[in-house]
Formats: sequence, C-alpha cells, structure tokens
Amino acid sequence: MSKGVQNPKTGALVTVLSKSESSVLTEWIKEMAGATRRTDLMNDSELRSQCSKFLKLLREGAESGSSDVQTASWQPLRELLTEISRSRAQQGFTPTETATFVLSVKKPLFELLRDHVGNDANSVAAELWSTSELIDSLGLFTAEMYLKTREEVIRRQQEEMLELSTPVVKLWDGILALPIIGTLDSARTQVVMETLLENIVKTNSRVAIIDITGVPTVDTVVAQHLLKTVTAARLMGADCIISGVRPQIAQTIVHLGINLLDVTTKATLADAFAVALDRAGLSLEHALKTA
Amino acid sequence: MEKIPILRMGEFLLVTIQVDMHDRLAMTLQEDLTTRISETAARGVLIDISSLEIVDSFIGRMLGNIAAMSRVLDAQTVVVGMQPAVAITLVELGMSLPGVRTALNVDAGMELLKLSLNGHRANGHKASRHVSRR
Repeated sequence: MSKGVQNPKTGALVTVLSKSESSVLTEWIKEMAGATRRTDLMNDSELRSQCSKFLKLLREGAESGSSDVQTASWQPLRELLTEISRSRAQQGFTPTETATFVLSVKKPLFELLRDHVGNDANSVAAELWSTSELIDSLGLFTAEMYLKTREEVIRRQQEEMLELSTPVVKLWDGILALPIIGTLDSARTQVVMETLLENIVKTNSRVAIIDITGVPTVDTVVAQHLLKTVTAARLMGADCIISGVRPQIAQTIVHLGINLLDVTTKATLADAFAVALDRAGLSLEHALKTA
Repeated sequence: MEKIPILRMGEFLLVTIQVDMHDRLAMTLQEDLTTRISETAARGVLIDISSLEIVDSFIGRMLGNIAAMSRVLDAQTVVVGMQPAVAITLVELGMSLPGVRTALNVDAGMELLKLSLNGHRANGHKASRHVSRR
C-alpha cells in the first residue's frame, strides 16, 4: 500500500467528494431508506449528521493520498466508525445493518465517479476498483468494531454473573455461608476463595459453610479447588464445613479417590449449621419448652 | 542487627511480625524463640502475622518448623491473623502447614492457647489421679 504523496488512487475520490459532497449525502440517505433503515432506532437528523461527518472525514482521509485505512491519516474516520458501530451495537442494530451503513455509500459515490472520470472504460474501472477496495475495508473495520463491542458486552455480563454468583451470607454472629450455584472452574474458584476469605476477616467469623447443593458435578478439579479453599480458610484460623453433598456426588468423590477426610462434610445446610453453632459454642432451643 | 521482639505474657510468648520477613531474620527468630521457650519454660507461643503481606515457601516452612520445635519443647504454637492473600499463596505453594494451629486474631488465639493448656492440665490431673489410685 502506498502512502504519503498525492496518490492517483484517491485523487478522483477527493475531487468528487469536495465538489458534490451534499449530493452524495442526499443520495446515500435515500439509498439507506430502503432495506436497512431503522426508523424505530434512529431518527433522520442523527443519521444525517453521522453521514455528513463520515463524508467529511472520508474526504480528509482520501486527501492524504493513502488508501490504507490503518494509517494515521485515517485515524479520525476510524474513531468515528468505532463510535458509530459501538452505539449501534448497543442500540440493537444487526451486524448487516451496521456494515451496510458504510457499504451503501458505494452506489451514489460510484455514479458520481463515473460522471467525473468520463467515458474511458479502463480508468472508470480502475477508479471504481480502488474506491470499492477503500469502502470495503472501512466496512470491514465497522463490522469488526461492532463485534468487539458485542464481545465487550458479553465479557462484562460474564464478570457481573461471576460476582452475582458468589454471595457470602452471614448466618449468625461468627458463622458465614457460601452457597455455590453452577459449575466451579478455576476462575470462579479464585473469586469464591477470595470473597470468602475477605469476608472471614471482615466479619471475624470462626466457621464458614460452603454449600454445594447447586453444583451439578464434582470432578477432581472441583474437589481440588474446594480443598484449597478449605485449607486457606484453616490457615487463617476459620473452620470450613462443606454441605449439600448429594448422594451421586458422594459416590463420584469416592470413585475418584478424592480424600475429604480432613474436611467436615454434611448432607444438608441445616446439618452444617447445627455443627457450626456447636463449634461457636451456641445451641438452639425450642421456644415453647422454655416458655 | 534487625530483630523481631519476643514478649512474655505469663506462660505464653508473643511474637508480632511487623516487618517484611527475609530469610536471615526468619532464622534469627527461630533461634531466639527456641532459646526463649527453654529459658522461660513457656507453655504457648502466639505468632501474629497480620501485617505480613508477602510470604514465600521458606517463610512458610519456617512457620511449620517453629511449631514443630515448640512442640518438642512442650509449648503450643498458634499462628494468628493470616491475610487472605497470604493464605491463598501458601495453599498454591502446596503448604497447608498441617501441624500449625491457627486463629483469626490475637484474642481468639489466646483463648485457643488457654483452652488447650487447660485441657492438657485436666488430662494430666486425671492421669496422675489414676496413678495415685493404683
């Protein structure tokens, strides 16, 4: 890709754009009014301002002579496209609609280019090809940015879920419970372990109950993670009880040969709570008996 | 030379680590502590590591060693106030410090020491009674 000096590749494009920018704009918006226009998501004036900004920056980019959109002279246009695709991804436009925003400028642009270059078929073809290449790469860039924004949204949602899925609840003074729902993987265990340990320090709790009723399967990795959490809590001076061990899970644990001998395990959270109260030196009494 | 102070509180010794532990300091502490235990005939050692933020396998091993040495000298060791990050690091290093007792804070640690000491004595009395009956 050549850059720097005035380039014949983009010369005609600059001339056309500076001469008849407003007519390109009108034609372009008319073009979009067909299949890909989403009046429910965006009003006319907003679209118009986006389009005119795009054309202005396209001209400025083309004036630099470079047809490689990754270079510095295309930076403002890239920023505009990033912003447009980001807002469209969030507004709920489809990828096609977002990419077509850029690609639909071809038709009005090509018509004007043809008029400008004249009747020489070879030079028309050359102009159209170089412009088409340019617009295509801009379209691809837009689609890429659109995807990136969507991925960001997905990643953020994953992080939020991770935080939501590890609540540490205080059952009693000095007794914490951590109900785990869903599969435990390494990343999640890290979060679980950190939140539990931090809460142990914060609430000064002697006993922590890890409830795995909501964990669908326990394999060696999950068991390893659980054991690590229990050991870390013990190092800090807190006891850990694992509760909610379902019969199938008990079978799996034994078949896998996982050693849980050093850990107190209970079938239900209620049983674990009773043990925790006992360890904290508390006991429950039936109110009616004493009354 | 830099030294970690060892305070005597009745039958117990109190060690508060407030600086970053390096290897030489750890060795000095090990030496000083064993000497003090035998000098004072202490029955318990409480090590507060709540301001310790960085550990490596050497420091982890040293904690285990101190506990084992104290046991030989007939003193219980309780490590208190370990930070979550330190606990996670030790576990990831594969050091679960099996012989070391732990507590959340100095208060809980003292209680644990007293409790174990009383239990020890009660057992001791029972044993002696048995002997006298025979």
